[in-house]
Amino acid sequence: MMKYGLLLIAFLFSQCSLAIVGGHEYVFDDGTPLENETRAQLFEKLAVELRCPKCQNQNLADSNAMIAGDLRRELYQQVKSGSDGDSIIDFMVDRYGEFVLYRPQVNAMTYVLWFGPVGLLVVGLICLVFIVRKRKQSETVSQDLSIDQQKRINELLEKDKGDDHV
Amino acid sequence: MKRWTLFIPFIMFTLLGLLLWRGLYLDPKEIPSALVDKPFPEFSLPTLIGEELKTQSSLQGQVTLVNVWGTWCISCKVEHPFLVELAQQGVRIIGVNYKDDNDAAIKWLKDLGNPYEYSVDDVDGTLSMDLGVTGAPETFFVDVNGVIRHKHQGVITQGTWAPLEKIWLSLVEESKQVVSQ
Repeated sequence: MMKYGLLLIAFLFSQCSLAIVGGHEYVFDDGTPLENETRAQLFEKLAVELRCPKCQNQNLADSNAMIAGDLRRELYQQVKSGSDGDSIIDFMVDRYGEFVLYRPQVNAMTYVLWFGPVGLLVVGLICLVFIVRKRKQSETVSQDLSIDQQKRINELLEKDKGDDHV
Repeated sequence: MKRWTLFIPFIMFTLLGLLLWRGLYLDPKEIPSALVDKPFPEFSLPTLIGEELKTQSSLQGQVTLVNVWGTWCISCKVEHPFLVELAQQGVRIIGVNYKDDNDAAIKWLKDLGNPYEYSVDDVDGTLSMDLGVTGAPETFFVDVNGVIRHKHQGVITQGTWAPLEKIWLSLVEESKQVVSQ
């Protein structure tokens, strides 16, 4: 930790930027200070968003697999030399398929994934509205019934009264 | 209320159960290759023995298995005898020696037999990265035009060869038609 602290202080006063991913330091010093900073951030973001093709449930930053190390190095070199995020993602998808993306692209194959939850929520809300309405209706119906019954009760009472006089 | 609506939760449970039950028997390691039906990636690498420079054009003209291997890979040792057998039957196999020590690799071929027409020395793993290789062994089925038609992850042995042989034979059949045209 001490080492990283010193390194960080050193980098605050220098022209280059630093990203620490999976316990390794990655230095970005090919561009202007601003460019270096955005590149370091892009690297950190992609190392977390790209999935290791071998170990399945780890991203490139976390994995110790040989292939993850190779891909981290490739990612670092591409980011350092100024490639933008989209072209790097295309590079990875061309080789390893969409499997490597922890944030899948929006296309015909992933519509269900992206919009399924919203769809389910809408269906759920519609069901909810439907059920609540039905309940309200049945409540008013039961009141109507009691009005009918009230009439009958009144009638019966009237009849009873008449009987009393006899 | 209609009586059948009472069964909706049961029906949903059954459907979900079927979906998850099916999921139990899927192999999550089986990732569809992004390179199937694409031309073999460009490369220019020296052969392991003789250091002769080879490019992707050397794959064309004949149906080829491209086998990614390394002496550090234990499964490669498992499939090696069967590859030797295939080569003896006339299957053209080209090796990609993936991030390996050259001396160890040459010794391996001397000791265990060499099924490869040649192996290219992919010491940095650049070709393997272009091939989307995640580990070894992996084997690519390349047709007569140098297009990847199938990728097999894991060992090729007597036990796993049967479905692969069909692919191999169909590609050979196809190549004959190309030649006769």
